[in-house]
Amino acid sequence: MKKTKTTVAFTGTDEQRKKLEAIITEFKDAPGAIMPILQKAQDVYGYLPIEVQQIISDGTGISMSEIYGIVSFYSQFILQPKGEIAVSVCMGTACYVKGAGDILDRISAIIGVKAGETSDDGKYSLDATRCIGACGLAPVFLVNEDVHGRIEKAEDVDDILKKYMDTKV
Amino acid sequence: MDKIKIKINNHEYEAAKNATILEACREAAIDIPTLCYMSEINAIGSCRICMVEVKGARTLIAACVHPISEGMEIFTNTPAVHESRKANLELLLSDHKKDCLSCIRNQTCELQKMSAELGVDDENRFAGKMNEFPLEDNHSSIVRDNNKCIRCRRCVAACSELQDISAIGANNRGFDTSIGCAFDAELKDVPCISCGQCIVACPVGALFEKDDTKAVWQALADPSKHVAVCAAPSIRVTLGECFGGEPGEFVEGKLAAALKRLGFDGVYDMDFTADLTVMEEANELIERIKGGGKLPLITSCSPGWVKYCEHYFPEFIENLSSCKSPQQMFGAIYKTHFAKKLGLDPKDIFFVSVIPCTAKKFEATRPGQSAAGEGIRDVDAAITTRELARMISKAGISFNKLPDEKFDSLIETGTGAGVIFGTSGGVMEAALRTAAETIIGKPLEKIDFDEIRGLEGIKKATYKLGDLTVNVAVASGTASAKKLLNSIKNGEIDVHFVEIMACPGGCVNGGGQPFQSISVRNSVNLWYKRANSLYADDKGKELRKSHESPLIKAVYDEFLGKPGSETAHQVLHTHHAPRGKQIIKR
Amino acid sequence: MKNINELTAIRDEMKNLINIRTGDADAANGEQHVLICGGTGCHSSGCNAVLAKLEESLKAHGLEDKIKTIVTGCHGLCALGPLIITHPDEVFYELVEPDDIEEIVTEHLIGGRPVLRKVYHEAIVDEKLISFHDTDFFKYQHKISLRNCGIIDPECIEEYIARDGYMALANTLVTLSPNDIIEKVNASGIRGRGGGGFGTGKKWAYAAAMESDKKYVVCNADEGDPGAFMDRSILEGDPHSVIEAMAIAGYAINADEGYVYVRAEYPIAVNRFEIALKQAREFGLLGTDIFGTGFNFDIHIRLGAGAFVCGEETALLKSIEGHRGEPRPRPPFPAVKGLFGKPTILNNVETFACIPPIILNGPEWFNNMGTENSKGTKVFALGGNIKNIGLVEVPMGTTLRTVVEKIGGGIPNGKTFKAAQTGGPSGGCIPASLIDTPIDFDNLVEIGSMMGSGGMIVMDEDTCMVDIARYYLDFTVEETCGKCTPCRIGTQRMLEILDKITEGRGEPGDLEKLDELGEHIKSSSLCGLGQTAPNPILSTIKYFRSEYEAHINERKCEAGVCKALFQFIINEKCIGCTICKRACPTDAIEGEVKKPHLIIQDKCVKCGICYDKCKFNAIDRR
Repeated sequence: MKKTKTTVAFTGTDEQRKKLEAIITEFKDAPGAIMPILQKAQDVYGYLPIEVQQIISDGTGISMSEIYGIVSFYSQFILQPKGEIAVSVCMGTACYVKGAGDILDRISAIIGVKAGETSDDGKYSLDATRCIGACGLAPVFLVNEDVHGRIEKAEDVDDILKKYMDTKV
Repeated sequence: MDKIKIKINNHEYEAAKNATILEACREAAIDIPTLCYMSEINAIGSCRICMVEVKGARTLIAACVHPISEGMEIFTNTPAVHESRKANLELLLSDHKKDCLSCIRNQTCELQKMSAELGVDDENRFAGKMNEFPLEDNHSSIVRDNNKCIRCRRCVAACSELQDISAIGANNRGFDTSIGCAFDAELKDVPCISCGQCIVACPVGALFEKDDTKAVWQALADPSKHVAVCAAPSIRVTLGECFGGEPGEFVEGKLAAALKRLGFDGVYDMDFTADLTVMEEANELIERIKGGGKLPLITSCSPGWVKYCEHYFPEFIENLSSCKSPQQMFGAIYKTHFAKKLGLDPKDIFFVSVIPCTAKKFEATRPGQSAAGEGIRDVDAAITTRELARMISKAGISFNKLPDEKFDSLIETGTGAGVIFGTSGGVMEAALRTAAETIIGKPLEKIDFDEIRGLEGIKKATYKLGDLTVNVAVASGTASAKKLLNSIKNGEIDVHFVEIMACPGGCVNGGGQPFQSISVRNSVNLWYKRANSLYADDKGKELRKSHESPLIKAVYDEFLGKPGSETAHQVLHTHHAPRGKQIIKR
Repeated sequence: MKNINELTAIRDEMKNLINIRTGDADAANGEQHVLICGGTGCHSSGCNAVLAKLEESLKAHGLEDKIKTIVTGCHGLCALGPLIITHPDEVFYELVEPDDIEEIVTEHLIGGRPVLRKVYHEAIVDEKLISFHDTDFFKYQHKISLRNCGIIDPECIEEYIARDGYMALANTLVTLSPNDIIEKVNASGIRGRGGGGFGTGKKWAYAAAMESDKKYVVCNADEGDPGAFMDRSILEGDPHSVIEAMAIAGYAINADEGYVYVRAEYPIAVNRFEIALKQAREFGLLGTDIFGTGFNFDIHIRLGAGAFVCGEETALLKSIEGHRGEPRPRPPFPAVKGLFGKPTILNNVETFACIPPIILNGPEWFNNMGTENSKGTKVFALGGNIKNIGLVEVPMGTTLRTVVEKIGGGIPNGKTFKAAQTGGPSGGCIPASLIDTPIDFDNLVEIGSMMGSGGMIVMDEDTCMVDIARYYLDFTVEETCGKCTPCRIGTQRMLEILDKITEGRGEPGDLEKLDELGEHIKSSSLCGLGQTAPNPILSTIKYFRSEYEAHINERKCEAGVCKALFQFIINEKCIGCTICKRACPTDAIEGEVKKPHLIIQDKCVKCGICYDKCKFNAIDRR
């Protein structure tokens, strides 16, 4: 697994920075603190670009190389922000045997973004995720937090996506 | 030590209770090949080359990390073991750029040697997708070709465990795992100190020094150039290893002979400027102690350490001695004072240093290293022990058959004090010999400062020099340096004089020193062997204190005046500045 | 809470409430409970909207005090959510929509006439309603670790206490020695439910024997097998059972601190567990001087970050310590040198959930269930091509046939059973010929699979076994940490070969190479992930070799999955109705009305829409 590198400009605010610094202060002395710090930093910024990792490195004294080594190891950590409309298709076994691959292809064609990528304008992103545990509803995909399950055929995603695309425009 | 009974290949042995299978087997004279294992710093069991069979075990076992137990029955030579080792080697080869003929490690490569030993008959059996990386050769000291990297992580262990820097580490996951800097930045863009410990740890050609021999060959071939060379103290106890010698073998005579045969116009011993450094540094120490200057005074002759300080401990920059390193002093005084004496235009001088150190390449390019002015660098090329060995081989010089010869004499050779610069504690000891006699005003009874010799990462001692009490500390390896500096910072210890070298053990163990295979590194303490050889040379020398050197006396009389003079400052001193820890840019 | 009496008092006070839900009609005394499943599955199907509607409706009818609504954990039938169960009359509703609520409230809850059209279809036999307990799905099950899931409100500690919760901890601290506990766990014969099946009691004994100033208890809730969700369901439905068990373990080995490492992708589970921790602390069941015995214990939550390998115990510990989740060689085992270098026991959620009943009911009770070397029950997440998708718990030794045909309700759409995959990417495929195998740790290993954490994916005739093997290996290649050579490069090479085969480029010798690499990776990888990664391939080669050979030699995929290996071709039955032509997303079908059509193979992406749409069997897949 190779991380997709950041392509969008960093737009972190002072407020976000203060939040992050407070998080670092809170966790810094807990053993193994770097994981929760990174997780919470990603909650604050939505992703973990160089600028954010450097604040964490300065605050914890952990080298950039170690931090990046951790960030690039775990798939939860991302260097590229998700789109405003973030679509993820579950690729767990149950979904896979029920045609999740076709659903992924279909969505990719509709929003014009390949799996693992974010569109240049930051509007769309697409991911193939690991099992989200909704096997009973297989096949399943998510748009932001909303779960859409029991997709009978790939074309069924058209209408579902259209709703999001219409409201966001 | 408690012993337990084990069986290896059906023979009974007694082995130390806490031994690993690898250790027990080696004790029993049975070797097991290893790649990733480095005793103490990299026992991670990742390469899976050292596989053995253990009776009752579900799988094969990695000998390097598995402890023995009472009654264990180990098999190191079964078909399953051979097949497994070979298959893992072949898998490594399937993702390894195999341009062995043009590889810098041709014939010193551990993978190559192992392929021969394990009988790899088809190095492409598992051919498939290969990871691809750009060649990184923009760093002043270190080149990285990750296409050859086998992910053994020995370089990572050197950088993180040995040096406690972690400029490099494992990135990404799975087949895409690669070794590199944060965000896959180049080494030149991260706070790497150029010490080169990663290079000597690398079993293959994925990491190597920036080759500067081309420029040297060119200069040698250029009739308009006066090409001078000086060899650092430690080279005389390591160069022989490149030609099959024992670690630490003393080859000063052959070194001088080889350099002369390469066609250098002047072949000098860097001991001279080591002595000069001592004069200046001892003076600086006395001045700072007496004049209430910034203490402790910390040595600055290790450029890796200086860069480390600039990146990681900027608060200690004022403590650094302003002295240039012996390498830079030599170039500086050669292109000023001696140029005049020899009737040469400094522009026509090409000054080469042979050094144990990759960071010296970086140091030569630092600003503030131009005594002759007009942008003329003090040192034009800094080549490592390994590069010199390659030049000697290329020139067809049979090193082992060379007679012992002497360095060219500017007046007289260096002192024993200069020689021990090559090992951790040596700079301190040399400076103390001179400082003590300067203060006391009469010869010392005992000039061996045993307390600051030896293998520890941090050594501390207190000396009474006349009515002055001087607390000293010596650290080698930046991991030890970090500990020492933190304890100084926190007020845990009070010291006046500190010697720090970036490499564990000092220059004898530098990043530019000869490659030794991992089996040698794991069983022989190279530092100890090489350092002892230097101490022996010191012991046998008539002159053992820098200030007694006639040459030193002469350059002060003729040129510099006295230590710390204005001329000395112009030619022999420099400055340092903070560099910051976070330097990667998008 | 100072002592056991206070705990008993709460239990007794709450007991009646809970008895209403466990078949004790007398206890109800007119009171009705409506349970609505709030597990992740039902959550995704919209149970919140149903609940809102239910509460609104009850209020409108003025019944909010008389009829109690309770959000519970998983009942097991995840595919049929949202689920509602009424007590004490035990009517089980499936696929409930908000629009169904009014009818259920007025007809059933008020009128006493269950709404049959929404009742779980298997609970209607010969048009008569039977208790859901008597349906095949439920009657073959035996719930130990799921004992409270779907019965109690997981956010209410009192309900857990009413089910004898924390009684085992109380007994432990007050009457038993650490050694007694370990003996009981040992005597129960319980083996770790997370994968390898190592004896839990043995593990505890090792850690207990270590001298150390600090020890840890760690719960592995990093359930990463695709298709497995047992641990999530327990954390969601019965979080206190894990907390109680961890405290018992802490007492047994003399540890005062615990960590739960749980997948970040399980937000509901994390939330419920956090609530449970807070309640346990408020009740003095965590913290200092528990039950006044001087025993201290507390638990931290650490979230995983999306790395399957962190389910491996040493990788999990590395992750908690703040490193890349790369396994390290064992020994030393965590019981000797674990978290932060201290003796540590690691067990998974399901294992912990079994501990309190073992303490309360005695080891013999547990030991009497199961097979010779596999005691108790095992939870499986049933998925794939099976009717009853969901969560089941059966005694060890239950046959695969019972699970698939009875509990699972068989294969839908009239298809036939081809194989069951257990153990996820570490396990193997069990062919139809072995469907009568009693499921336990050792039998599964013997037939080339493994228990794993309990995912069970059922496959029908339309599944291509080569493709499935490729799918699992693709997962492993994505998830291997990359530390050791055989797993990092070897699995990649195997995947490349499988890609080749499924794309129609297979060559003679490929199977032998897969076998060789597979055996090599198994025998020389550093951790369990690598040592089991080849199982899906090796087991399918073993049982479905002819399918591989057909792919390689005849370039054929019988199941019609590997797109490079078949074409859609219109046969002579075509009457030119144009339906297929209009349905084709890539305009790959040409032809005029009432004349035979033709598929342009270069344009065809093999989506199969034409095949599904054709009413005249005029399209062949070959």
